[in-house]
Amino acid sequence: MPGRGGGYPGTVILGIDTSLGTAVAAIARDGEVLADEQSGNPLGHAEVIGDLLLRATAGAPAPTHVAIGMGPGPFTGLRVGIATARVYALGRGVPVVPVPSHDGIALGVLLSDALTGGETGRFAVVTDARRKEFAYSIYEGIDDDGLPVRSSDAQLSPRDDLDARLDAAGARRYDATTVSAAMIALAAARALDAGRTLADAEPLYLRSPDVVAAHAPKRVS
Amino acid sequence: MNAPLVLGIETSCDETGIGIVRGRQLLSNTIASSMDEHARYGGVVPEVAARAHLEALQPSIDAALAEAGVTLADLDAVAVTSGPGLAGALMVGVGAAKGLAVALDKPLYAVNHLVGHIAADILDADAGELEYPTVALLVSGGHTSLLLVRDLTSDVELLGETMDDAAGEAFDKVARLLKLPYPGGPEIDRAAAEGDPTAIRFPRGLSRASDMASHRYDFSFSGLKTAVARWVEQHEAAGKPVPVADVAASFREAVVDVLVTKALDACARHGVPRLLLGGGVIANKRLREVALERAAAAGVAVRIPPLRLCTDNGAMIAALAAELISSGRRPSTLAFGADSTLPVTEIQVAEDPDAETPAPRAGATP
Ligand SMILES: [Zn+2]
Repeated sequence: MPGRGGGYPGTVILGIDTSLGTAVAAIARDGEVLADEQSGNPLGHAEVIGDLLLRATAGAPAPTHVAIGMGPGPFTGLRVGIATARVYALGRGVPVVPVPSHDGIALGVLLSDALTGGETGRFAVVTDARRKEFAYSIYEGIDDDGLPVRSSDAQLSPRDDLDARLDAAGARRYDATTVSAAMIALAAARALDAGRTLADAEPLYLRSPDVVAAHAPKRVS
Repeated sequence: MNAPLVLGIETSCDETGIGIVRGRQLLSNTIASSMDEHARYGGVVPEVAARAHLEALQPSIDAALAEAGVTLADLDAVAVTSGPGLAGALMVGVGAAKGLAVALDKPLYAVNHLVGHIAADILDADAGELEYPTVALLVSGGHTSLLLVRDLTSDVELLGETMDDAAGEAFDKVARLLKLPYPGGPEIDRAAAEGDPTAIRFPRGLSRASDMASHRYDFSFSGLKTAVARWVEQHEAAGKPVPVADVAASFREAVVDVLVTKALDACARHGVPRLLLGGGVIANKRLREVALERAAAAGVAVRIPPLRLCTDNGAMIAALAAELISSGRRPSTLAFGADSTLPVTEIQVAEDPDAETPAPRAGATP
């Protein structure tokens, strides 16, 4: 019986993220990328997700887990990926593994710096949150499980305030415009190996629905 | 061919509907509503609705399968509402349906919500066969449409629709004017019970002779709402108590009168002695009463599906797809999206010219 850390041979993790654009990938537990599909269109999540999913799963062995990027990201698009991933997992009878989308981005940054021998230091993953705000999470290196160390969970900042906040935190700014679904899947694989949970089951909205309770009707005469 | 087993997903407004049918047989009609969450806002809030759909999806699918006594592997096809409706809400269902269809490697049918309301009728085992052509009046918080249905799967024509508020929205807004809670329909009904429907003559939108040329079958309720507001304000300004029962009854009468008059006019002008009612506002007792009474006088037969099939639901979406399959239609591609203004003439979206019509597996029990 293979140990938990050795990359169980039958394990295939499907990653889905629609927090920025639309991305679907499949990896083996050891990190080998079996499929990596994404759409260049930052919108149109609902239109493209089915074909990307079909292509990502057609060539690879059947997924044993579905890793879902839980945001933060623009809500409407974000939900498409989560809905697709959850119901796909339901259809296949396999578990879902929620991953903060910023963790996937951070893991990509850390692995790429490790390859080039760069020193990453403390950095902030920054993504657009609409309404003149950014979402950001702060990371500092990689831990023994191979996962990014998140020193500050995702939060919102007015665009104009972000640089001052990051200066105060001593974090370099890393602006991301795409998320790699393979990195979401890899973060999930490492979390599974370590027996850790990276995110709650619910989306990282960071904002309440933008509504106000009903007020008195306005006068018409 | 055996009757296809279809799971339908409906998320166009505030109900997460999962329905399972075998051909025309209803096996499950599971509905999770976020109505209570919208109550404090006085109307459906799209973001609130979309969040609720995402939460309700999996539990609703599980519940529907359990009720129907089938497994996902048994399904012959998946169906989903592509539009019309709230874009962000629709997209949750579209994503889910694609995930399910790919996971199960089953054909996917993307269909029209409004035509789904008509398809609800064929699930009513106690009603006779739906006869064509029929006029259909669909009234809810999201739509008010008058249709001429020559064939459910191939020929639905839009005769008219609301130019502003849906009838259900008008009920909600007038309820607020009268300081009644949300949703307005049942509250107005309750308040109107003791009222005189002829007490105040509120305007009938788009019903003048001059409207007949271009808006004969269209509706408008925003002028009515404003007229009620003005009447209430003037009454209050004069220091008089507002006779809520009379206002509610008179307002409701104006809405019902316009809906029924235009529907029966359409029946008469098209020589169609059949009227099908659908949509959540059909729950309004006065609307049903007046429709039945005046239709009988006009020699028009009225069909009203059971109320749980009139409100938004997934069973009607599954039923429409089952009819499409039985009529030999090919599944949709995976490349459609949510279309918040999908015209009623598009009964199915993105039919794939290269696909085959699904034949239920041999040995599947009918
Ligand atoms: Zn509806």
